[in-house]
Amino acid sequence: MQRPTPAALPLAAALMAGLSLTPLAAGAATLTIATVNNPDMLIMQKLSPEFTKETGINLNWVVLPENTLRQRVTTDIATKSGTFDIVTIGTFEVPQWGKNNWLAPVGDLGPAYDLNDIFSSVRAGLSYKGTLYAVPFYAESSMTYYRKDLFQAAGLTMPAQPTYDQIAKFADKLNDPAKGVYGICLRGLPGWGENMAFLTTVVNTFGGEWFNMKWEPQLTSPAWEKAINFYVDLMKKDGPPNATSNGFTENLALFSTGKCGMWIDATVAAGVLYDPTKSKVAADVAVAPAPTAVTPHGAHWLWSWALGIPKTTHQLADAQKFLAWSTSRSYIELVGKTNGWVAVPPGTRESTYKNPDYLKAAPFAPLVQQMILSADPEHPTLNPVPYTGVQFVGIPEFQGIGTTVGQDVAAALAGQTTVAQALAKAQASTKRAMTEAGYLQ
Amino acid sequence: MREQRASLPGAVIAWVVAFLMFFPILWMLVTSFKTEAQAIANPPLIIFRPVLESFAAALSQSGYILFAENSIIVSLVSTALAIAIAFPAAYSMAFQPGRRTQDMLVWMLSTKMLPPVGVLVPIYIICRDTGLLDTRTALVIVDMLMNLPIVVWMLFSFFRDIPKDILEAAHMDGAGPRRQMIYLLLPLASPGIASAALLAIILSWNEAFWSINLTASHAGTLAAYIARYSAPEGLFWAKLSAASVLAVAPILIFGSLAQRRLVRGLTAGAVK
Repeated sequence: MQRPTPAALPLAAALMAGLSLTPLAAGAATLTIATVNNPDMLIMQKLSPEFTKETGINLNWVVLPENTLRQRVTTDIATKSGTFDIVTIGTFEVPQWGKNNWLAPVGDLGPAYDLNDIFSSVRAGLSYKGTLYAVPFYAESSMTYYRKDLFQAAGLTMPAQPTYDQIAKFADKLNDPAKGVYGICLRGLPGWGENMAFLTTVVNTFGGEWFNMKWEPQLTSPAWEKAINFYVDLMKKDGPPNATSNGFTENLALFSTGKCGMWIDATVAAGVLYDPTKSKVAADVAVAPAPTAVTPHGAHWLWSWALGIPKTTHQLADAQKFLAWSTSRSYIELVGKTNGWVAVPPGTRESTYKNPDYLKAAPFAPLVQQMILSADPEHPTLNPVPYTGVQFVGIPEFQGIGTTVGQDVAAALAGQTTVAQALAKAQASTKRAMTEAGYLQ
Repeated sequence: MREQRASLPGAVIAWVVAFLMFFPILWMLVTSFKTEAQAIANPPLIIFRPVLESFAAALSQSGYILFAENSIIVSLVSTALAIAIAFPAAYSMAFQPGRRTQDMLVWMLSTKMLPPVGVLVPIYIICRDTGLLDTRTALVIVDMLMNLPIVVWMLFSFFRDIPKDILEAAHMDGAGPRRQMIYLLLPLASPGIASAALLAIILSWNEAFWSINLTASHAGTLAAYIARYSAPEGLFWAKLSAASVLAVAPILIFGSLAQRRLVRGLTAGAVK
């Protein structure tokens, strides 16, 4: 009898196991959804058996970190692989992917859907040349959070529309590191979606812009210098130590544990900060509009996580059914009834902000609505610009450019360079990137 | 020969370094038993009432069993294939080297220096065209190819330590390469094969890039399972820690059981 060779043994094992290497058999109607991990999407996953019960369509969820999701979905769509039937994308991608013809237009989601109930600014942010390419399940702007107890103790009053000069004065008075309270917490973590999302709104309201109408970078303009100097000085004087490590999550942790007098960031944080089970300052937190300086243009951002259908899907009709279900008024009501009204996906529908149950559970809701409605991605700056997007520039190159500039600004915040040096470096790298991308000769 | 004894300062330094290296895992373990609110507390909580809610959430929400099953199958099968291919290759290179053997070994290792993202699109397209996207087969093949250079090098190092005279004697007795491999090399090099296999299993288990990029909802390994808890907006630190504990626990236990062999394998050929 011939003995097996050493190579044959593991090979045989591999082949035997190989029988189980094929994917699980897919049912007749199964949608694969690529998404991010956030509280709203978790609720949607939890409630999705309701959709399956109603329609008989099964759902497979692929949950990935934000940047990994972008890369993963981009690879899949660009190679026309058709792995995903529905993708979660934001206001940064939707117009660009619509332009690239990567997404199927949303189309008619049925008479009960009430498309016009979705905030017009959010719809505009998810459209390209008037065609809607995705529907929002959540939207946000930015606003100012502050501690009313600390304000009262210091004899301060937050104005109805604060300016950055006033914010700096308040921060000075509230700053008390000996008691573990810093005057203000702001994003310092480098990244186009981290420090530069916030700083772009500061630059906008200081009268600056990323590019002029000829796509020439403007990072050494007086407005940029003034805005970034203001931010660095403020954070060095009244901010927490090692602020270059602080992004949204870190600042949320700092504010919710009582370490910050003020914080300017995403409206979505209100749901956590007003929740006594998650926040130590739930009873003392208050909100105000995002501060302004020279112009109100672009002082607060607009972002939405939305569901779009790649053109490569083979299940367009079923995918549309899920879009209609998951972003409808009845879905919002379902979340309110099952998870509590404070947990409903915010910022998408006018009807949510007329719902007395929601208004009672979320006292911050009217301001959030005001911020979302007044954010204007079409006119984000004082001077005309060739791009759209408030806290970003809606071109594919911006992810790289924004992150590089974010690192330069973080170096200035950490004291490794001066603001002037950081901006000169940022201007040079941005100019190089724009020339390589063909925007500049 | 006088036995070398550890000095007290040396032992203290070793313990401090070991503690520093282990600290992230310890902190992950501690955080996994906290609530989300306790996990973000500043200053960090050392004393708290441990809860299992993050483990319950991580287990109930995300199909841990499927991911774990994929990790086990992909790491074991890819390792078995890598050993099966590397064994004869290393035999040939160690005992019948040609003029270019050394160059070939270096060239094989150089493939490890290429960033995986550089070949993402071609491999993605190959998988798409062969219907292998989101299958364990794709991951098995990629992991096997990824680990092959290391396995060949390790086996080659082990084989070089085996006196050539033994194989020559067998050759004189009429044993061909196949019989030499089965009856001589296999028993003599079994510790080396085991070490190489252990390392390949660990590397495959921890591989994240291909697992995330080539899979969707069916074939993802535990690396993809952890990735789903990383979120910039939303506080999932306790759940992320619990998911990480669930993902690394099997390989950590496996690694500590196999520690002796692993260290021996990694230091093979270091001292002649």
